Amino acid sequence: MTYTLKINGQTRTVNVPSDTPLLWVLRDHLDLVGTKYGCGMGVCGACTIHINGVPMRSCQMPVGTAVGMQITTIEGLSADGSHPLQKAWVDEDVAQCGYCQSGQIMAAAALLKANPKPSDEDITNAMAGNLCRCATYQRIRQGIHRAAELAAGKAVSS
Amino acid sequence: MSTLLTQPMDRRGFLRISGLAGGGLVLGTCLSFTDEAEAAAPVLKGAGGGATLNAFVRIGSDGVVYIAAHTPECGQGVKTSMPMLVAEELEVDWRQVSVELVPLDAAYGAQFAGGSTTTPRCYTPLRQVGATARHMLIAAAAQRWSVPASECRAENARVLHPGSGRSLGYGELAADAAKLPVPDAKTITLKAPKDFKVIGRRITGVDNPAIVTGQPLFGIDQKLPGMLYAVFEKCPVFGGKVLQANLDTVKSLPGVKDAFVIEGTSNLTGLMPGVAIVADSTWAAFSARRQLKVTWDEGPHANDSWTGFLAKASELGPQPGKQSLRKDGDAPARLAAASRKVEAVYTYPFISHANLEPQNCTAWFKDGVMELWAPSQRPAGGPDLINEVFGLAKDKIKVNITRMGGGFGRRLSSDFMIEAAAIAMRVPAPVKLTWSREDDLRHDHYRPGGVHFLKGAVDESGAIAAWQNHFVTFGNRGRPGSGGSLSADEFPARFLPHYQAEMTVIDTGIPMGPWRAPGSCVFSWVIQSFIDELAAAGGRDPVELRLALLGDKAVVSTPGERPNAYDAGRMRGVVKLVAEKSGWGKPLPKGRGRGIAFHFSHRGYFANVAEVTVSKEGVLKVDRVVVVGDVGSQIINPSGADNQVEGSIMDALSAAYQELDLEKGRIVQSNFHEYPLLRITDAPKVETHFLLTDHQPTGIGEPALPPLTPAVCNAVYAACGKRIRTLPISKNDLRWS
Repeated sequence: MTYTLKINGQTRTVNVPSDTPLLWVLRDHLDLVGTKYGCGMGVCGACTIHINGVPMRSCQMPVGTAVGMQITTIEGLSADGSHPLQKAWVDEDVAQCGYCQSGQIMAAAALLKANPKPSDEDITNAMAGNLCRCATYQRIRQGIHRAAELAAGKAVSS
Repeated sequence: MSTLLTQPMDRRGFLRISGLAGGGLVLGTCLSFTDEAEAAAPVLKGAGGGATLNAFVRIGSDGVVYIAAHTPECGQGVKTSMPMLVAEELEVDWRQVSVELVPLDAAYGAQFAGGSTTTPRCYTPLRQVGATARHMLIAAAAQRWSVPASECRAENARVLHPGSGRSLGYGELAADAAKLPVPDAKTITLKAPKDFKVIGRRITGVDNPAIVTGQPLFGIDQKLPGMLYAVFEKCPVFGGKVLQANLDTVKSLPGVKDAFVIEGTSNLTGLMPGVAIVADSTWAAFSARRQLKVTWDEGPHANDSWTGFLAKASELGPQPGKQSLRKDGDAPARLAAASRKVEAVYTYPFISHANLEPQNCTAWFKDGVMELWAPSQRPAGGPDLINEVFGLAKDKIKVNITRMGGGFGRRLSSDFMIEAAAIAMRVPAPVKLTWSREDDLRHDHYRPGGVHFLKGAVDESGAIAAWQNHFVTFGNRGRPGSGGSLSADEFPARFLPHYQAEMTVIDTGIPMGPWRAPGSCVFSWVIQSFIDELAAAGGRDPVELRLALLGDKAVVSTPGERPNAYDAGRMRGVVKLVAEKSGWGKPLPKGRGRGIAFHFSHRGYFANVAEVTVSKEGVLKVDRVVVVGDVGSQIINPSGADNQVEGSIMDALSAAYQELDLEKGRIVQSNFHEYPLLRITDAPKVETHFLLTDHQPTGIGEPALPPLTPAVCNAVYAACGKRIRTLPISKNDLRWS
């Protein structure tokens, strides 16, 4: 079936079976491979994207359910890697293997949008759904705090 | 195509540096650089023209300094830290450097990521690589100015002649420098650590900008024109063979291009039998697989179970071990005579590596050449297996190394590479094999479980008088699995006059492989927990008893086949510092406790103190972990090093809650809902300290991990008096009143 999707501000058309999860449409058909496959059942968070600004698991969304929605992937979070979280992630050297980090950043971006100055507890609650096998959790926490400061103009990216 | 790993590796690059082999390293082999006189096409592709000075360094005429990263990157940070060594001696600002991951090529010697060996293997040779290139650039400038090279020096990618005030950039000199003879590395003095400008700085990972913007980096991100997508179904009982499969039905499904049986081999970590489905998308392949029906010959292990293995271990444990590992003095006699003794059985399960990026590999068999794009810790393992199974000459096999979504030892195996190759041989197009999460969990090469039957005695002073261990381990065809073999030298061997260790192997059909700090990751828990039990039995403080056990010994070595020097002084150093940094001895209320443990592995000395809270309801929370490590005189990249320590601590804590069950020869757990990994909610605060000592720098991907689990379990005992002798921790009732 043919689906027209609004992804990262662009209109993209794909022809795929109706049960295809958005994850695989992004990865195989649209070459947006920043969104990762980790578990295929919505428990690891590696495939987190935004649907109308809300973090969702793209491995659990049949492509048709995303029609008409604003889909944002890690590739569209900013035009040039300048989102405060992207800068903070580089500054704080958050990633180890890096595989989960686009999902982590998308989850964190939704948090900061709703709560520009999150507490440690807010971060724990918002990020509990995203696994990091390398367990970079200490740096993820630092990264979110730093991004909040960057966004508030209280810090300068190095 | 936007991948960065598609350059042809038609001819090897070369490194015209002699005298590097050996490198004065303490252990292991060094880069065995080829010493070819003739330059072929360089491996480093670079950009903007310029000149190649050696296999690792290319100076672009644009002034960019291209440095090769030759060791696979799985998150351990070597893609950043190793080029830092080159950049330091080359005298270039890190901001001028562009790092490029190079393919498998003989020019680079050993290219693998395992055993925390990259740093000790490369610390000196890679500095020599940078230093010889710097000398060539200086010589080129001196020639141009007709001045002695000794009057020139290099700084910030320029050669300066202070006497005349002249200077030239590396980009202006590179072409001439490349024509000069390569100096003997032994004649070049490396920089003094006090002059380091790059080494020792916190430098963010070179791939971070690509990671945070979602660029293709990993094996699973590879895409080639006309590429097809494959899945491979293996028997749920390891090694089972295909009797029958509904291939015609599968071939008729939407998007499916082909489906076929791969006969496979009997190598449990090689090409196992199975059914391949090739389709025009990953989802089409995944979907078709749900319709696949296979009748298997499940083989001799179809009734194996974990509970059966445990029953067998209980039966074997009290009997003499099949193999004597070590017998010093007369431990049984001392135990018989002792008034205070402890007997304990320590049990841990099989666990999985659970890399977040499932195993995958892209392969293209074209014109008799097999080209692979592999997220592999040991890329040479693919060609080895392909050659062995299919007889394809190794010079007809090319391997492009991709970034890995986690290693942890899993990707030292090459099963996913030979599976992709076997499928590619039947498909007239490039093909990407992707394992499902379920494949990954159910066809891992697991960390073996184990059961230790321990007896220990303490004397009147509370000192350990005797130690006896019968280790019942698991293996294949009579031999212990990878990481399931206890060294005869393992601590506290060599520190006790009456020490005895024996081992018995229970045969299984389960594939096993190295899991981060193999062996150490579980033996440390057993040994350091039991030391704590003996400290309690003898009324001694856990830190004080450990220091007494280490005694005043210096380096303890063992003659024989497996000499394994143990520097007791370095261990005392980290134990004392971790006690100080953690506030050891400061009183805590009941329900809170501190525990200590130390372990030597992978040339690193580590001691951890964990501080925990156990609620009356038995809920354990690890509040804080203080880590002190001694990995020599220099931390190359403190940011990366701290990351490795923090990751190791949390990895160990995560593993302490993991278990796999085996029923009817099959792994029961299928995905993360049944096999939980640590989440941010349970992540403790980790404080890392490095004790710098006058020793060659060594690796840090593993040695911080082993002491964590015993430190936590010992802290639980201190908090509530419950001794954890079975993993996962969740199997223990920690309620107290």
